[in-house]
Amino acid sequence: MVRQTVRIVNKAGLHTRPAAMLVKIASKFKSEFFIEKDGYSINGKSIIGVMSIGAPYDSEIILQFEGVDEEEMAEAIYTVIARGFEEL
Amino acid sequence: MKEFEEILKNSSNWIKGIPASPGIFTGKAYIYTKEKLEIKHGEVNDVDEAIKSFKEAIQRSSYELNKIFGLAREKMGDQRASIFEAQLMILEDPQLINSIEQRIISERREPEFIVYEVFNKYLNVLYASTEPYMKERALDIDDIMQRLIRNLQKKRWVSRIQNDAIVVSKTLTPADTILFSRNNVKGYITEHGGLTSHAAIIARSLDIPAVLGAINSTSLIEDGSTIIIDGFHGYCFFNPSESQLKYFKTKQEKIRLTQKKMEGINSLPAVTTDGKEIKLFSNVDISGEIENVTSCGSEGIGLYRTEQLIEELGEFPDEEVQERIYSDLAAKIYPLNITIRAFDLGGDKTRLFHPHEANPFLGLRGVRFLLENEELFRMQIRAVLKASVNKNVKFMIPMISTISEVKKCNLIIKECMAELDSKGINYDSSIQTGIMIEVPAAAVMASSLAKETDFFSIGTNDLIQYLMAVDRGNDTVALLYQEFNPAVLMTLKFISEAAISNKLPFSICGEMAADPMAVPVLIGLGFESLSLSPSGIPVVKQIVRSLSYSKCVKLIKKLEKLESEKEILDTIEQFFITHKISRNNLIF
Repeated sequence: MVRQTVRIVNKAGLHTRPAAMLVKIASKFKSEFFIEKDGYSINGKSIIGVMSIGAPYDSEIILQFEGVDEEEMAEAIYTVIARGFEEL
Repeated sequence: MKEFEEILKNSSNWIKGIPASPGIFTGKAYIYTKEKLEIKHGEVNDVDEAIKSFKEAIQRSSYELNKIFGLAREKMGDQRASIFEAQLMILEDPQLINSIEQRIISERREPEFIVYEVFNKYLNVLYASTEPYMKERALDIDDIMQRLIRNLQKKRWVSRIQNDAIVVSKTLTPADTILFSRNNVKGYITEHGGLTSHAAIIARSLDIPAVLGAINSTSLIEDGSTIIIDGFHGYCFFNPSESQLKYFKTKQEKIRLTQKKMEGINSLPAVTTDGKEIKLFSNVDISGEIENVTSCGSEGIGLYRTEQLIEELGEFPDEEVQERIYSDLAAKIYPLNITIRAFDLGGDKTRLFHPHEANPFLGLRGVRFLLENEELFRMQIRAVLKASVNKNVKFMIPMISTISEVKKCNLIIKECMAELDSKGINYDSSIQTGIMIEVPAAAVMASSLAKETDFFSIGTNDLIQYLMAVDRGNDTVALLYQEFNPAVLMTLKFISEAAISNKLPFSICGEMAADPMAVPVLIGLGFESLSLSPSGIPVVKQIVRSLSYSKCVKLIKKLEKLESEKEILDTIEQFFITHKISRNNLIF
């Protein structure tokens, strides 16, 4: 299992477009992926789930990956968030 | 106007709401009541059958939404249609579908009950949020759920609506608004919703009158009865009297005639009788209004308010989206010019970002917000620069109060240019960047500011509010909001003299530019460029064409000596009469 905390660095936060981006990348991997925020835990492969968490600029979310390709998946997801969903 | 007030005073058969989209129409009401969802929650005998009907409902819903999405794209363009694209993505969410199917199998209960339960898990989170855009998002997700459940119940749209009806409803979803427009609907009246709701945005872009927030309208108005909708003022009249019908019929006819008459003037230049050319530009909110800009005979877009994009999209547009929107606009308007104003957030504009200020009008708004959120500002600058390749784009910074703010902005713009240079990206290296003069401090320092910038644009709405220290939304003091107060006049004169002596182009983009009474004043002060809403341009142009510049200058000499707004207004009124200039003010 990989578990890490990341900070949202793009100003607009995790709005619809980044949510869709995250879900699309996550869907390419086999591992399970969960996002934790404010006590909620949602499946990172679900658009409705990701849309229902509010993660504004500079907030922290916890990512958790579990499965055969968890390392690669964590790396891919972490990179896109750190890059601010290409919005920086 | 007087007549309208009399009608209101002498009757009580009207409902007041928010004027969300302009226009007048008299027609039959169609009361649209959404069936309240009744959700069966019993057990199912045949699980396979239940799963099958759930899958069919998903398919049917996708089919419906795809149709609506197509219709929306065709009627309002891709940008605004994206509301529906997000809804479609939810119907394809594997996690959502899976968990609903799993629960149908393990709990053996009605699929509609499971759908309701699963969706509400998410909806409750969204409704609990304090962020307005999260609540908007909830409405869209709720709409999807309703659609799915309706399809599970095998119910179809009951949109057997007659042509030319006025829809009266408690709420309207974006999908309703679009679908009804197919039946040539002539108006929307709702009990809930405001100017920024999706329904209002759609009604405006479809050019259908709308009055939202008209309380009790579904109970006061009878289905099939004749009603009048006045989207200019935000009123609807039920069981209208003969005299009301006649009044609005005449009004509607007058508007039609004025528009027709004005069509002829659109191709003529706005030149005074003694040959001074006045450039008339359009203020534009949303991309859909672009057609009006070119059809009303304006010289381009003098003010494009970008903060509206955020409200429209419900989120902050990224650099790519901004670049696409700005480039698209610049291309459509070419060879005319467009002046893009940087995000003017704060004040009454939008509260998406920081709702916690005690006094937002004196808070972090305009350029202050931009400098505080520099990355966001740079994002916008780069997008504007990239859209400037055809050299018909100007950029403008709102709410400047000090010279150092202007210097900071100029430096950031230079840095953004260098960044694009290093990437080999094309832009207009001689792009004009100007500032808004709307803070009294900036007005006082106009001469110094003129040396740091390419042009001034005077925002009279805010300037008057700050100058008179009056919130015009506050009824108790609103009378102090005086466009023709001597202090306002003297301030405008001071700014224009500073601009003229520095050979700096200057224009005005507040509501004052659209006020027929203000036209001779502004021309007399030396304004050569005005920016106003497209609908006001024909009237202003007609006035410009009947004025002489030298007489307007003389008018200013007279006005300078006056001490009250009333004296000034009386003198201008007299000026119109003496010179036999008609103020064609038919469209309110």
